[in-house]
Amino acid sequence: MKRRDFLKSMTALAAGSALPTAPAIWSPAKAQARQETLLIVSESGPNNLDIHGVGTNVPGYEVSWNCYDRLISHEMKTVNGTPYYDRDKFKMELADDMAIGDMSVTFKLKKNAVFQDGTPVTAKDVKWSLDRAVSVGGFPTFQMGAGSLTKPEQFVVLDDRTIRIDFLRKDRLTIPDLAVIVPCVINSELVKKNATEKDPWGLEYTKQNTAGSGAYRVTNWTAGTQVVLERNDKWTGGPLPRVKRIVWRMVPSAGNRRALLERGDADISYDLPNKDFVELKDAGKLTIVSTPYSNGIQYIGMNVKNPPFDDPKVRQAVACAIPYQKIMDAVLFGLGRPLFGAPADYRTEAAWPQPHKFTTDIAKAKQLMAEAGHADGFETTLSFDLGFAGVNEPICVLTQESLAQIGIKTTINKVPGANWRTELNKKVMPLYTNVFSGWLDYPEYFFIWCYHGKNSIFNTMSYQSKAMDALIDGASVAAAEGDKAGYDKDVKGFVDLAYADMPRIPLYQPYVNVAMQKNVSGYQYWFHRRLDYRALVKG
Amino acid sequence: MLRQTGKRLITAIPSLIGVIVVTFLLTRVLPGDTAAYFAGPAATPQAIAEVRAKLGLDQPLPKQFVRYVRDLAHGDFGTSLTTGQPVISDIASRLPASAELTLLGLVIAMAIAVPLGILAAVRQGSLIDHACRIVATAGVSLPVFFTGLLLVYAFYFLLGWAPAPLGRLDVFYTPPPQVTGFYLIDSLLARDLALFRACLAPLILPAATLAIFSLAPIARMTRAAMLSVLASDFVRTARANGLAPHRVIVTYAFRNAMLPVVTTLGMVFSFLLGANVLVEKVFAWPGIGSYAVEALIASDYAPVQGFVLTMAVLYVLLNLAIDLLYGVIDPRVRIEA
Repeated sequence: MKRRDFLKSMTALAAGSALPTAPAIWSPAKAQARQETLLIVSESGPNNLDIHGVGTNVPGYEVSWNCYDRLISHEMKTVNGTPYYDRDKFKMELADDMAIGDMSVTFKLKKNAVFQDGTPVTAKDVKWSLDRAVSVGGFPTFQMGAGSLTKPEQFVVLDDRTIRIDFLRKDRLTIPDLAVIVPCVINSELVKKNATEKDPWGLEYTKQNTAGSGAYRVTNWTAGTQVVLERNDKWTGGPLPRVKRIVWRMVPSAGNRRALLERGDADISYDLPNKDFVELKDAGKLTIVSTPYSNGIQYIGMNVKNPPFDDPKVRQAVACAIPYQKIMDAVLFGLGRPLFGAPADYRTEAAWPQPHKFTTDIAKAKQLMAEAGHADGFETTLSFDLGFAGVNEPICVLTQESLAQIGIKTTINKVPGANWRTELNKKVMPLYTNVFSGWLDYPEYFFIWCYHGKNSIFNTMSYQSKAMDALIDGASVAAAEGDKAGYDKDVKGFVDLAYADMPRIPLYQPYVNVAMQKNVSGYQYWFHRRLDYRALVKG
Repeated sequence: MLRQTGKRLITAIPSLIGVIVVTFLLTRVLPGDTAAYFAGPAATPQAIAEVRAKLGLDQPLPKQFVRYVRDLAHGDFGTSLTTGQPVISDIASRLPASAELTLLGLVIAMAIAVPLGILAAVRQGSLIDHACRIVATAGVSLPVFFTGLLLVYAFYFLLGWAPAPLGRLDVFYTPPPQVTGFYLIDSLLARDLALFRACLAPLILPAATLAIFSLAPIARMTRAAMLSVLASDFVRTARANGLAPHRVIVTYAFRNAMLPVVTTLGMVFSFLLGANVLVEKVFAWPGIGSYAVEALIASDYAPVQGFVLTMAVLYVLLNLAIDLLYGVIDPRVRIEA
């Protein structure tokens, strides 16, 4: 007997006697399982399976999106060859019919819609879920409020399958806000059974369990390690997804995520450094999809409340001294849409984001500094969020170098991720880079948060302008009334004003980069920028 | 022995109280606002205030402290906001992962470093002594994440011998039923050899990384201790009496050189357990070090407190075990409590 044969037979013997036996790696069952399973790797995972939970993080949104249904969702269109959600076209998900009235909208639910435990989805569940979203506080309540959905009284059950949502005021964002992740429909009876007096909305239960009617349900979640989702074959929200099982593993090291992709072990990864994406794209072994963030920009902001940035001349000087092209080349490796250097004859459009006309022009910047009485320059700090240091740090270093040429000496201030929001809220950082993007892709939505005088946390510049407020409010009203001409005029007006006053300097529109194996298809871009498993296909 | 152990444990109580107070205060002093972090990307000040109230962070510090201590007394370490799980269950699942990795790494390191150190001392100035010096210097001067990435690159990416660096177990295996939390032991208890192999495979590279790093202190300490013992009178006497070299070195010299080696081992182990964050990051290992660091980055108090407390308890127990071991190795050493 040869040694190898002997060893083999011993292993077989041992495997045979073992209880229970795990299938060996080369068995057909295993190969089949691999074929039906999609392995996703990313840096971090969810901390809560319910978007209504306290402090649910962004990966948690992805779980909610795939495990719960909303009344309505968006149709797809194609942008640059990639399926891209259509902001203006809604499709029915749990609803079967949507009737929009003057001051209300009425939904009829699908007859055969059932939750994952088999109980039918009723209007009562919808009301309970929407009540929950506007009542639990924190982010979900805030997001509902963005579409003027704030009170439980707005949600009226007409019969078992019919629910009416009353408008608080005319607001163009109300219907789109019903198609975001937050207004998901939850199995109210199941959750109520697991609720306690201290926790009437059952947040503790839904944190660990999915209780929806969605296309997938979580069967195993080990926080910080993996999430396993299985397909729900009773799903009625759309065509049955092709992938049976999703395994989502957290791999903190970016280099290893890339190695896993290149070796063909992982199917999809979507948070690799820009440089890796460019190199993978050039290598051509994987499918790489890059899509600009909808309604999002990376920018350099200035605190306009305090000198020296209270002077528009100084802000324009800074805008002339930013090394835009260097940032595009050396930091992003081209993976971003430039928002600078529009040609002189460029006419402002009623859209957002769009490029401004500034380019790197040190001579002009120096002249503007002199006009502002700062010919000798000044000292200040340039802050960034360490949580996104991969992009932020090189941007700041390049900007520091360039600003030094016009006499602005900057000290770079690295703010830990946990601290960043607190620092933003204080509104004292004189100069910083940051990114903002809105789920709802409407120019006035962006401007309400970032430029309006009511000074939300995202108006990081503390920018105050009566003219700006009037234009933003005008656009919101015009949109609600369907006044296209008035709306376009106001949108162009506030974009022009923002670019004349320049409290924040847009740099570029970042890209969402997704790398996947050649045999994986069906990737769709969504406003939330996370993966929609329901459309993915393997093989 | 029992009385000694009891006495030692009692003296540990003040340090534990100190650790509880200090960690509580330290986490509060840290920059960063938990509420702001967890209120989400689009929070209004009002939403942040709501989250703060929900987390009980709007209460005065003494009140928070009393609540914290009361919960601790009930075995409740609080809930982690980054993972969403009770800290105690997080630690219970992650500590064995780290301990298994660290112990295996340490065993490998010991198996190489102790003989290497002894040989280097016996043949001082020889080739093996120089080899020992080079291995030790190289091991300690290569940062662990670098060794880790290098091993992954060579053995996984280029050669394809090692499994994907995806944590403790391949995606298509289910972990063994939990008994000890050590996958190797649990899979053997479940009498599942295939699973045992599947559990062992992803352990090898990270354990080797840790071993390379911890070789140095153990080898150097063994060598130094052996050198001083070999120069002592009783060794000379033993040799003069014509005892076999093997007997002199192992029975007489090494036993006397073991005290500092055991001390070093204890230190290396406790250091590695908490500090192998980088190895855990590289190998996506769900260990306790990366858990604490992630929590720290998110200003998530409860896991940090839980981590420090667990570590403090472990250190106390480890030191106690080492002290007891001293008595076994060298009866002349008695711990005075």
